[in-house]
Amino acid sequence: MSEGAIEAHGLVREFKKGPRAVDGIDLRVEAGEVFGFLGPNGAGKSTTVHMLTTLLPPTAGSARVGGHDVVHEGPAVRAAIGAALQEAALDPFLTGREHMKLQTAMHGMSGEEARKRSDSLLERVGLTQAADRRVGGYSGGMKRRLDLALALVHRPRILFLDEPTTGLDPQSRTALWAEVQRLAADRGVTVFLTTQYLEEADVLADRVGIIDQGRIVAEGTPEALKAEIGRPSVEAIPAEPEQLERMKAVLSRFGESVAGSTKGASVRLAGGDAQLADVVRALDSEQIKIQDLQLHAPTLDDVFLAKTGRSLEGAAEEAEQEEAEQEAVAA
Amino acid sequence: MSRGSFWTVARAVGWRSAHNFFKNPAIIIPALLFPMFFFTAFAGGLSRVDSVPGFDYDGGYTTFVYGFVLLQASAFGGVFTGFAIARDFESGFSRRMMLAASNRGGIIGGYWIAALARAMFTVAVVTAVALLTGLEISGSPIDIVGLYTLALLLNAAAMLFGTGVAMRMRTMQAGPLIQLPVFLIIFLAPVWVPYDLLTGWVGAAASVNPITLVIESIRGLLTGHPTEVLPAFLVAALLVGLTALWSRGGLHSAERVA
Amino acid sequence: MTRGSLLRQVGALARRSVVRTLRQPAMVVPSILFPLILLSINSSGLESATMLPGFPTDSYLQFALAITFVQGALFSAMSAGTNVASDIENGFMNRLALTPLRRVALMLGQLAGIVALGSIQAVTFLIVGVVFGADFATGLAGALVIVVFSLLISLGFGCIGAFTALRAGNGEAVQGIFPLFFAALFLSSMSLPRDLIEQDWFRTVADWNPVSYMLECIRSLMIDGWDGEALALGFACAGGVTLIALVAAASALRTRMVRT
Repeated sequence: MSEGAIEAHGLVREFKKGPRAVDGIDLRVEAGEVFGFLGPNGAGKSTTVHMLTTLLPPTAGSARVGGHDVVHEGPAVRAAIGAALQEAALDPFLTGREHMKLQTAMHGMSGEEARKRSDSLLERVGLTQAADRRVGGYSGGMKRRLDLALALVHRPRILFLDEPTTGLDPQSRTALWAEVQRLAADRGVTVFLTTQYLEEADVLADRVGIIDQGRIVAEGTPEALKAEIGRPSVEAIPAEPEQLERMKAVLSRFGESVAGSTKGASVRLAGGDAQLADVVRALDSEQIKIQDLQLHAPTLDDVFLAKTGRSLEGAAEEAEQEEAEQEAVAA
Repeated sequence: MSRGSFWTVARAVGWRSAHNFFKNPAIIIPALLFPMFFFTAFAGGLSRVDSVPGFDYDGGYTTFVYGFVLLQASAFGGVFTGFAIARDFESGFSRRMMLAASNRGGIIGGYWIAALARAMFTVAVVTAVALLTGLEISGSPIDIVGLYTLALLLNAAAMLFGTGVAMRMRTMQAGPLIQLPVFLIIFLAPVWVPYDLLTGWVGAAASVNPITLVIESIRGLLTGHPTEVLPAFLVAALLVGLTALWSRGGLHSAERVA
Repeated sequence: MTRGSLLRQVGALARRSVVRTLRQPAMVVPSILFPLILLSINSSGLESATMLPGFPTDSYLQFALAITFVQGALFSAMSAGTNVASDIENGFMNRLALTPLRRVALMLGQLAGIVALGSIQAVTFLIVGVVFGADFATGLAGALVIVVFSLLISLGFGCIGAFTALRAGNGEAVQGIFPLFFAALFLSSMSLPRDLIEQDWFRTVADWNPVSYMLECIRSLMIDGWDGEALALGFACAGGVTLIALVAAASALRTRMVRT
């Protein structure tokens, strides 16, 4: 069997005084694929990326990136990959062009070659005009674009993007997506992308791996994963809060309960969207007045929910709260 | 605006600000360490200076240095309160206070209460350490009341100055602008030697520096040989009056944007 | 890795270090201004100390100028530490770690920024000293030795700052060492020659404090002339501190940049 561009077997990362950040990850990404690594904050996405990019040695398990072992062939792995990590990792006192100069020098490019490569990349990410301004004055979108350009300096075959659009406005996000799609389609670059945004995984990824608490809970194409869940969910909010329990009882006849608004109830319709009419009739016959009724097509959040019992957004809030608690204890 | 509401607001603001100080080791420790450090370094390292011909002070060098450190601790207690006000503005907490306060002058009053509490605590600790390491206070009880009153007046003046700057700038960038003038004014004075031994440009600066009168007076009161006490009090009161006007202006400036 | 590209790496990192240091006027200006303000106040305020029997010179400025070089080095430490901490906190160090960068190149590059700032400080302090009447008993050659010596101290203190940043990974820890440097400077022969320090405990601390010998080395070049013992002790202390700090910083870099 030919080797994938990225392969991991039983990857584990433990930190002192804490649970395992990564708890046995197996994955395989084929060359030229865009792989989306989806999960809430604290799920272990960045730790996994740090291990695959040789920045952190695994506690156990193994991984090969670009045909090289991440532990024993670090320099060879680094030569094959580019990475735009979670922090934009830029020096606010240097200009965009100075960053490119530094990066090209680090990769051993000589004067003329370095200059040409810098100019070409700066143009590609639309930063030619701003190239001689200090990065401290760049917008978030501009910083991310420079970050991407720097990651591409040495023409890597494999690109790691760790939450590349977090904190960006919609316009910048769309622009970055377009560039990622171009990279994959035109140049056959393998892209390993981590994100907490469902839409991003949906739009960009050929295949998605969903991670929660250090483990992969689901893997496949977005369509296949959603089809596995298959059925839509209906969410209802009663007009009178006292009727909530009765409404829940009625809805429970139509399928299993899923998380939703605290003011209402949601169930996954066992019989598909055809059952919606039955739901309405049942609620009406019990004289339960409804303030709001919505039908949701399955999303990756539903996939996450089905596998973990928590919603991706809810899991994000939980992780933030845990982090805040840990900080308070440490302080 | 009732006087009653002034004190109500002042008590509330003062409690909060003092509480922040006393509950936060990261703030208390530097506030205590710097004066103690100056005291140790000067009294320990420079004590030979009292052998300089013309060094006319009968309290010993430790007591001489204590006079300066008392002043420094008091003045910087006021400065640090100015920092706290700047921080409150930057975080937006001041806006909350300005909206809630029935008497906004009480806000300044509250910060003053906190500055006073900080200064008294710092001075008490520094004095205790100094007494253990050779400080001799030979002044009468009235002298002692007088010298600490002078110190607290300077604390108030520094705090009011800091308030005026902080309320005008409303960011932490006010920090150096509060600290540097206070630093200069207390160092362009008879810090290590009496006024009569000062020469050069610092001597010239000290001759017009109001703090010179105050520090010489404090040193005199420490040994029970008070000099120029009334002028020192007048000067201190004048400083408090001027800085109070300055801080009032700062409050008006802050109110315009609240 | 060919020597050619190692040199290119060091050159690029050095250029970056110098540029980003000098582009922070809020760090550069105080690092030159504060020592000069303090010199001005001290030399005038303590002029009468020169009347003490046994005081080596009749100008306190002559005596106190040496302090500016050490204070300047103190600021170098804070600047180097803060810069390294920023690189760690904002992920720039990770970016560098992903390139074929060699750690030695990173260390040398960081040091370049310290040397740049240290040079500007040293030359400025010398010129100001001369303008305000300081003499150099060893002439121009001695002044050059002072510049070199001052750079050595800056390097040593700068490495301490860098070490702190690499160990702790944040800027607060770097700010936290300022009081320690401050104490090291004060508990020395900063204000009076050691033999004129009256308090036994203080004199003992000053005797054991390497900063005392650094100050005395510079003073000897200005006041006494070529004094082999003072020079040897001064360079030994500065060199020792620098060597230890450099090794510590390199080790901390190895731990911080834990790439495989």
